[in-house]
Amino acid sequence: MREIIRTERVSKYFTKPVMFQVLRDISLVINAGEFVSIMGKSGCGKSTLLYVLSTMDTEYNGTLYLNGNQLTGRNAGELARVRNEEIGFVFQFHYLLPEFTVLDNVMLPARKLGKKTVSEIRASALEKLQLLGIEDQANKKANMLSGGQKQRVAIARALINEPKIIMGDEPTGNLDSTNSENVFQIFKQLSRNGDLSLLMVTHDEDLARRTDRIIRMEDGQIVS
Amino acid sequence: MRELGLILDITRVHLMSRLKQSTVAALGVTFGIGMFIILMGFMTGLNSLLDGLILNRVPHVAIFNDIKPSDHQPIDLTQEFTNSLNVVRSIKPRSTKVRIHNATPIIEYLRNDERVRGVSPQSAAKVFYVSGALQINGLANGIDVREEIRLFNFGDYIVEGDPNNLWRDSKGILLGAGVAAKMSLGLGDRIQLGTIDGGLLPLKIVGIYQSGLREVDDIQSFVNIKTAQQLMGEDKNYLTDINVNLWDTDEAVGMAKRISEQFNLTAIDIETANAQFETGSNVRNLITFVVSITLLLVAGFGIYNILNMFIYEKMNDIAILKATGFSGKDVEKIFLSQALIIGLVGGVAGLILGYSVSVIIDHTPFNTAALPTIETYPVNFNPMYYLIALMFALLATFLAGYLPARKAKWIDPVEIIRGQ
Ligand SMILES: Nc1ncnc2c1ncn2[C@@H]1O[C@H](COP(=O)(O)OP(=O)(O)OP(=O)(O)O)[C@@H](O)[C@H]1O
Ligand SMILES: [Mg+2]
Repeated sequence: MREIIRTERVSKYFTKPVMFQVLRDISLVINAGEFVSIMGKSGCGKSTLLYVLSTMDTEYNGTLYLNGNQLTGRNAGELARVRNEEIGFVFQFHYLLPEFTVLDNVMLPARKLGKKTVSEIRASALEKLQLLGIEDQANKKANMLSGGQKQRVAIARALINEPKIIMGDEPTGNLDSTNSENVFQIFKQLSRNGDLSLLMVTHDEDLARRTDRIIRMEDGQIVS
Repeated sequence: MRELGLILDITRVHLMSRLKQSTVAALGVTFGIGMFIILMGFMTGLNSLLDGLILNRVPHVAIFNDIKPSDHQPIDLTQEFTNSLNVVRSIKPRSTKVRIHNATPIIEYLRNDERVRGVSPQSAAKVFYVSGALQINGLANGIDVREEIRLFNFGDYIVEGDPNNLWRDSKGILLGAGVAAKMSLGLGDRIQLGTIDGGLLPLKIVGIYQSGLREVDDIQSFVNIKTAQQLMGEDKNYLTDINVNLWDTDEAVGMAKRISEQFNLTAIDIETANAQFETGSNVRNLITFVVSITLLLVAGFGIYNILNMFIYEKMNDIAILKATGFSGKDVEKIFLSQALIIGLVGGVAGLILGYSVSVIIDHTPFNTAALPTIETYPVNFNPMYYLIALMFALLATFLAGYLPARKAKWIDPVEIIRGQ
């Protein structure tokens, strides 16, 4: 099995307000095509771990590899490039640029990557929106959409650069059960066809059970 | 290039979504730049008018024979006292005539100098203006009117009549406006000029001269050189002044020095004559600059404030952009370009505002007896000021945008995302 993400003894401390170890020797592997969920009590460090894995947080001890390449120690510009090209991120709250259209929101990461022309990017953005069933919203301002719609736009945006892995921090946490189920189904479908790996923090035991593997955390440690 | 397009697209959406605040910020710049242009154009226009008022008429080198005590006393001629300290008290000037000796060869010499644009000799005569029972003291300058027109814009100061009539009519006179008013004389009237030795010479008024300087206009008149010589009872070599115009004003100082040494005459160069006007202009320019820069500084603070506010409001956007792969540098560029666009739009609008108001000022009637050739307020439209203004607008907005943009660059997306 090809591994996408590997961490070796990742630890992290917060020094403020008091010295406090939030991650303890986290070593994990996520393979290509795997759909993994992370569970654990509130405050056990799930989000913190996800920020480390997503390269947004660089203040940790230990080593992080993506696709076999070490990311620990790389400079901010290189890490931005990695986030842009290889990692898709979906947040609990619908993090879209409110004044941009839905289509623009989806297109921006691809335009930043700059590998395709703008018209090619537009075509593939529309394709992603279609995949998620919201192509009719393409030209609306992002802040006009409902919560469930916004989350689907965020997923379309995460997919636009064909990343190796999508990370979600409680992506369904803020949705009603119907929408939550919808979004989960989309993830499930994405993981089924192709090499894409998914890593999802969730508090929903039912959803977690339907993923390939559950990583359980307690007090900054992986317990199973 | 594509990258820049992307950044500008984001910038555009941000600015359009905060159109009101962006406009207010840009208006600050517009106001500052507009004022700069107006002040600069008006002040320098006025400066060059005032300078021109004096300088146009001032010869680059004025040569005359000043009345002053001699530097050499008879005692200097004896060998006996060369090594002693000689004190001669109460030296008085010898009352020589103010005529320039050997004027003709000097003029010839100057005309052959290729740095010289023209030479205009004058013979000044003290006179009485006599009309009926009225007598006024005055000064009649004998001039070569064509040279005066060519070299010193003499024609600008003839408010009535035609200066060229002077050389057509040897019995003509161009009378100072103050004299004419006092004696109730006008164009075509006759006036008699009394000389110091008692003679009377009837002349016809062919023009009215107005310099704008009252003390001049109240005594001055111009006649032909020959007429002036006749008034003084002198021969045709009697000349009191030689006014020289050069191609290059910078040569004036050196030339004046050489002439005074070579011919033992007083030669005043234009720089010395007008040192005080230069300082006046410089002070006015300095004030204009300071006022304009203050205005732009205020505009700069406005931009700084609004950009800081933008960034505060756009924290989420910044976090999203960074999470999806935009680097800190990209974010910095986005906000810096917002500042620069505000500066550019505000600046260009300021140039248009400044230009429009300048045009209005330029067409505002401005009549004053002191400035006969001026009908509207003088405005300088030198494109240099427009260029400086635009550069300054961009520089000011860049500096105002730099700190907020740098702040945006270092915003930690994790902190923002956690904050939700
Ligand atoms: N910037 C910070 N400074 C200090 N402590 C922090 C900071 N951010 C998070 N923490 C603490 O670190 C611990 C882990 O936080 P984290 O957000 O990772 O928890 P979580 O597992 O995601 O919880 P939840 O399920 O509620 O989202 C918490 O106790 C939190 O208070
Ligand atoms: Mg969390």
